[in-house]
Amino acid sequence: MSGDVASAVKTNRTTVTAMILIVAILVVAFLAAGAVGPAIVVAVINASIRGTVPIALGAMSGILSERSGIVNIGIEGMMLLAAYVGFMINVGLSSSGAPTALQAEPVRLILSILGGVLVGGLTGLLHALLSIRYKVDQIISGTVINTLALGLTGYFYLAGATTQGRLPPVISNPFKQDAGLLFWIGEIIFNKGLVTYLMVLVVITVTIALFRTPWGLRTRAVGEHPRAADTLGINVHRLQYTNLFFSGCMAGLGGVFLTLEAVGIFERGMTNGRGFIALAVMIFGKWHPLGAAAGALLFGFATALQGQLQFFNIQIPHQFVGMLPYLLTVIVLAGFVGRARPPAHVGKPYEVE
Amino acid sequence: MSEVTVVTTAPVRAVSLFGRLRALIVPLLAVFTAVLIGSVFIVLTSVFSDTGASIGENLVKGVQTAGAAFSGLLNGAFGDSSGLTRTLVKTTPLIFSGLAVAFAFKGGLFNIGAQGQLAIGSVTSAWVGFAIQVDLGNPVLSAVVHVTLALLAGMLGGALWGAIPGLLKAYTGAHEVITTIMFNFIATNLIAWLLYAGSPGEGIPPGPLNDGNGVITRTPTIYPTAQLPVIYDPPGPQALHLGLFLALIAAIVILLVLTRTTFGFELRMVGLNPTAARYSGISVKRITVLTMIIAGALAGAAGAMQTLGVNYRYEPNQSLGLGFDAITVALLGGNNPIGVILSAFLFGAMDAGSTRMQFNSGVQSEIIVVIQALILMFVAAEEIIRTVYRIRGAGGPAQKLSTGWGQR
Repeated sequence: MSGDVASAVKTNRTTVTAMILIVAILVVAFLAAGAVGPAIVVAVINASIRGTVPIALGAMSGILSERSGIVNIGIEGMMLLAAYVGFMINVGLSSSGAPTALQAEPVRLILSILGGVLVGGLTGLLHALLSIRYKVDQIISGTVINTLALGLTGYFYLAGATTQGRLPPVISNPFKQDAGLLFWIGEIIFNKGLVTYLMVLVVITVTIALFRTPWGLRTRAVGEHPRAADTLGINVHRLQYTNLFFSGCMAGLGGVFLTLEAVGIFERGMTNGRGFIALAVMIFGKWHPLGAAAGALLFGFATALQGQLQFFNIQIPHQFVGMLPYLLTVIVLAGFVGRARPPAHVGKPYEVE
Repeated sequence: MSEVTVVTTAPVRAVSLFGRLRALIVPLLAVFTAVLIGSVFIVLTSVFSDTGASIGENLVKGVQTAGAAFSGLLNGAFGDSSGLTRTLVKTTPLIFSGLAVAFAFKGGLFNIGAQGQLAIGSVTSAWVGFAIQVDLGNPVLSAVVHVTLALLAGMLGGALWGAIPGLLKAYTGAHEVITTIMFNFIATNLIAWLLYAGSPGEGIPPGPLNDGNGVITRTPTIYPTAQLPVIYDPPGPQALHLGLFLALIAAIVILLVLTRTTFGFELRMVGLNPTAARYSGISVKRITVLTMIIAGALAGAAGAMQTLGVNYRYEPNQSLGLGFDAITVALLGGNNPIGVILSAFLFGAMDAGSTRMQFNSGVQSEIIVVIQALILMFVAAEEIIRTVYRIRGAGGPAQKLSTGWGQR
């Protein structure tokens, strides 16, 4: 364990600020609920969580990549490719030609998720290959991935391809019989698909792995000072390749969430900037998984508000509410919640001597 | 007071014609390889398609389809005077937006926001085009004044949209990669509101710039005085407007600014090393903001070209993707204004030919996007091309854009 106490304290301060913001928003939401009824509060919270999952996973993707010194603006493309591949595997396995053993819903959906995640990971490796082996500027490499994903998914997109449903809730609401508060809590906590729970697991795992394991120490060392890490016998490039693979996997998980859990269909360009927002959220969380997750929640809430504000009967053109998440991201980035310090060596190629 | 003399001026290197041609080898091979891989995709699509035919038959059909696709592409882009005009009209905004990205790159800024700046520029130029009537007695004078005003309005709109991320970068350190993307989305929403057709059933009035016809989100048509004059009008739908020459002039002006002015020197110095620039007394903040303002103005001009030269109003999707193509155009052109002209022409041709390609061969036009991505990849990863084609030489200096996320 490294004893970077000062940085840990600073990181915690951001996380705490974010948490306070979120709690404040939730309190406002609940107060408003008095006027509009608890069903809408549940709808807003559920929509917030739906908006949070892909952003949080994208941010984890960014953290894994950037903590090991590689800028990843290709998250958007990784998500989109995975969303498409996961969706198409589901379509393929749903068709009558597929082996019967694979057609059963849980098998089919889990294979679809795995396929999407793997494609994300492979795209991560492509990013690593371009930026490490071929020394392509990491921003250009990310742009290549984003454009490639947009083109490939558009080209291979089959109009009219449909899947047989989406990921069902892992546990459905055990308080179905109860009225009132317990029912609402059940709807919020239990009535979720697999990827949502995986997201929580991933955030916790990344946090522990990054700050409590040798791998995490090495990753952070490489991101801050690869020369020193190299001197101590760490294989910098191998670690970067591994991290970029997992980084892609996480973006992939965020992507399959969109097609397999959130909406159940694929549309061209459906990631719609989420990969970039994930980057903003990562910066907001100061490259700390918990801070980023908090930021993602904040963003998810802003997105949810856009869809749900009509219920509150507020006379604002919906396009202005539509701007809210993006304005929020700009405000966050402009450092009004504290200045962020990126890993020192991020974006610079490392040459082994 | 000590005199500081900056000796370094723009390096004027004597490069032979042969040397210049050699520099084109890698980009040309990159384009060739990308097209080749695109064809492989088309053939593979045919091989794995579910037609019931044998793989051999599908393979032959795939090769034929790929052939039809690329001959359609070439025909649509250069086949006749109408095709060539279409190519040049598509090239025009790409030169402007490519310059917008390339100019920012020279100053060390990655302007992903050309799309938003361009869209705002389209709308502001349309607004001056339809809201103001210019009648100075003389029709020629009226047109000159009106077109100029509308064009300036487009540049102003784009400049404003570029200035905000520039100011944020300079004064808060907010990274322009993210803020310009966010401003793309904000622009989309803002324009959606400005042009909203309204929802009479729910009592929601149309947006302030909507033409009031009730269903379509678009502005009214601009006055004829605001239209860019047509230079050449072949049979067919597309006419060549003055914009192409404005774009060429803009490229030359940007080239001169970059290589012959103090500002251009300072800008390039900030782009190469902001820290060193600051120590040599350059105001990095000022250069950053100015760079983004000029980049935004160029992107705004790209948007104005579409409004004043092609659509004669702002319609949604008239500039879809132009700002993103601009990034590839700039990088492919080596961030050099002359290179931008050439790569804009290549992209304009691909864009102009894509409709014919899809019509002739049934190949989805998105294959063009794949090819463009591959071109960018091969140009950036020169080593791949050099290895595959056994070209000797160390290659040019690598592009350096990633400067981390911190304050400059």
